[in-house]
Amino acid sequence: MSGSGKLGGAALVLLLAGSMAVMEGGGALALGRVVNPVMQVEKTVVGEADKEAQGGPEFVPVTLFPTIKPSTRSVVTYWEKWTGFEGDAMRAVAEAFNASQDKYEVRILTVSNIPTKVTLATAGGIPPDVAGLFGPNITQYSMQNLVMPLDELIKRDGIKESDYVPSYWDMLNVDGKIWAMPSTPASTALHINKKHFREAGLDPENPPKTIEELDEVAKKMTSGSRQEGYKRLGFIPAEPGWWRDRFGYLFGAKMWDPATGKVTADSPENVRAYTWTQSYSTNYGRQAITDFQGGFGSFSSPQNAYLDGKVSMVLQGVWMHNFIRQFTKDFEWAAVPFPYPADQPQLANQTYVDMDILVIPRGAKNVEGAWAFIKYVQSQEGMELLCLGQRKHSPLTNVSQEFWDKHENPYVRLFYDLAKSPNAMAPPKIGIWPEYSGEMNNAFDRINNGADVKEVLAAVTKRMQPRLDKELFLRRKRLEAGQP
Amino acid sequence: MNEMKRKEALSGFLFALPWVIGFSVFLLWPLMASLYYSFTDFSVLQPPVWVGVQNYVELAQDEVFLKSLTNTFVFAAMALPLGLVFSISLALLLNAKIKGQALYRTIFFIPSIVPPVSLAMLWLFLFRPEIGLINVAINQVMDAIGALFPLFRQPNPNWNPPDWFNDPAWAKPALVVMGLWGVGNAIVIYLAGLQNVPQPLYEAADLDGATPWQKTWNVTLPMLSPVIQFNLVMGVIGSFQVFTIPYIMFPGGRPERAAMFYSMYLYDNAFPFQRMGYASAMGWIMFIIIFILTMITLRLSDKKVHYGS
Repeated sequence: MSGSGKLGGAALVLLLAGSMAVMEGGGALALGRVVNPVMQVEKTVVGEADKEAQGGPEFVPVTLFPTIKPSTRSVVTYWEKWTGFEGDAMRAVAEAFNASQDKYEVRILTVSNIPTKVTLATAGGIPPDVAGLFGPNITQYSMQNLVMPLDELIKRDGIKESDYVPSYWDMLNVDGKIWAMPSTPASTALHINKKHFREAGLDPENPPKTIEELDEVAKKMTSGSRQEGYKRLGFIPAEPGWWRDRFGYLFGAKMWDPATGKVTADSPENVRAYTWTQSYSTNYGRQAITDFQGGFGSFSSPQNAYLDGKVSMVLQGVWMHNFIRQFTKDFEWAAVPFPYPADQPQLANQTYVDMDILVIPRGAKNVEGAWAFIKYVQSQEGMELLCLGQRKHSPLTNVSQEFWDKHENPYVRLFYDLAKSPNAMAPPKIGIWPEYSGEMNNAFDRINNGADVKEVLAAVTKRMQPRLDKELFLRRKRLEAGQP
Repeated sequence: MNEMKRKEALSGFLFALPWVIGFSVFLLWPLMASLYYSFTDFSVLQPPVWVGVQNYVELAQDEVFLKSLTNTFVFAAMALPLGLVFSISLALLLNAKIKGQALYRTIFFIPSIVPPVSLAMLWLFLFRPEIGLINVAINQVMDAIGALFPLFRQPNPNWNPPDWFNDPAWAKPALVVMGLWGVGNAIVIYLAGLQNVPQPLYEAADLDGATPWQKTWNVTLPMLSPVIQFNLVMGVIGSFQVFTIPYIMFPGGRPERAAMFYSMYLYDNAFPFQRMGYASAMGWIMFIIIFILTMITLRLSDKKVHYGS
């Protein structure tokens, strides 16, 4: 082979590889796959009588290309992320909607990695009519022009702010417009293991009220030691470690100040919060904690640290009951409001609120149909069917007695009341939050490993401030231009 | 040009056309578009805004970018030589004419057909600090060594095997170890190369009284050198694009971004952060880095590469 030929070959390999690098995202996209497309498929099932007549085993012919039943109704395509019982609950709602009228037919498609796929489909001009996205990212969706503002439709059909729990309604509103409607909400509370309370000589009916009491109780419930290894920890901020980016909320911190446009990652409240999380790794020993954590099973398993009795108290959401029911027997537990700092009693009844949402992507073909479906989900009937099925509470202010009676989670009212509390805290409404959150998670790790709290948080502020400046500039410009 | 030649040229072009169209539409166009986007502020759904070289300037000062770049270089520096030695050694062993050769070859190839996501889940279990198989094995080996040779006993009674996921120092080695498990593809290529080593060379070496080691070093490896070079180049490209497994095993590059690799930061910028222009600039920098590294690899190894017969 000649030298130049070899070089040419190498250059071609490089060109291909390089382009793969450029489109790495595209490659990664292939990772997520479309699971379980729900279509109305015409099935040919051999009747019972025939089966008996044949006397053989059940025979169901399989067609390679199932035909989709043509619908005389106007079809509403709906992409949703849920699978399992949560997906089933939404399918039940879609069926109820389809049965409730004869104009539209909602067809659900289960889609993984949904924000990216909806973004790309919208960029390509073929978005679904309705998409189920994530509440904390509404600002990003609105800034990106991904979703339609719904104000006119809301006004036309008489949906009112007062119909909703304030903390949830507020999440929908960015720069004075409503960009989405709730599907199911969730809030958090401290989950305690009552048996462990009794074993430590504590009264489970009198759980810790303040963070100082929580630290105290956690110490009493802990067994084992730093030197010998732990057998049980009363509480650690790193389990389950899902809200490591916003521990500051518990101490009254904000992640940014809308009045001045400043990132406040290193505000005194945040510094206090992360000094508190660091106290656990200092007091219990970082290495001893990580060694102990090494024995924790995965979240959705009977070896879950809380369900398995390795950690006695965890911050968890309204969904935790599902796992308790699925993986444990005679597990004695209770959900109580997460403690507040003793010197800040006004922060009592705090909770993290989060919400899944329904949006109409820009360029959706069937906006009226999409809205008709979303409106149905917002009705008390539709919403309760959905939230009961997903075993969460309703985001609406009106809740039927039947809903409470039927609900399986014994603490569902607590979660609902917490969401109504003035200290119900949603993620900050800024488009840079995904990146900011990543920075805070990294900061938590560094602080946990012994880095200086103030220094680490100041570095986060320094990094995120220019990003926020740019975002606020763009948002101001959009408002001035009277868009959208 | 006569009629026949023209016809031949036409049909040649027509045969190549599907590839040309595919290449232009799915590679060349996105490639060129990404070059343009790298000079813009672009969030996919909004029209791109020209910002000149701002993305590149910002990248030069972006700590996370520099960290991801360093991580990727360190990973490649560990993974490439180890992978090369490991896969060549295995290929030489699997080339030995023994009973059940095909079976052994299959066994070593199987890991490379496991989908990366399942692979990541599997290794998450294996690397668990307390109960993972790897650390359990390390503990037992250390205990055995301590019992047999008291001199080598760990002086520190609280000694622990690596905390693969929480200790920033061990995250990259964990990935390197995993990478060694998936060398099946390289082995297959080496095995093919080994079949092409001319037998007369071995016979000549035998006549000269060469030992097996001398035969490997002076006959097999030189004759295998073009294949080694190919695998090296592919290895350079592959280790710079490492993505799926660390993205699943080390969300956000945890711990302390020790496992934040170039492609992961690129993906984060492109999709979750909606900074497609910035991500495109990263893509082009990666292209240039890989291009330069490949050129260096080819230059350095060219003198050592022998083409047979």
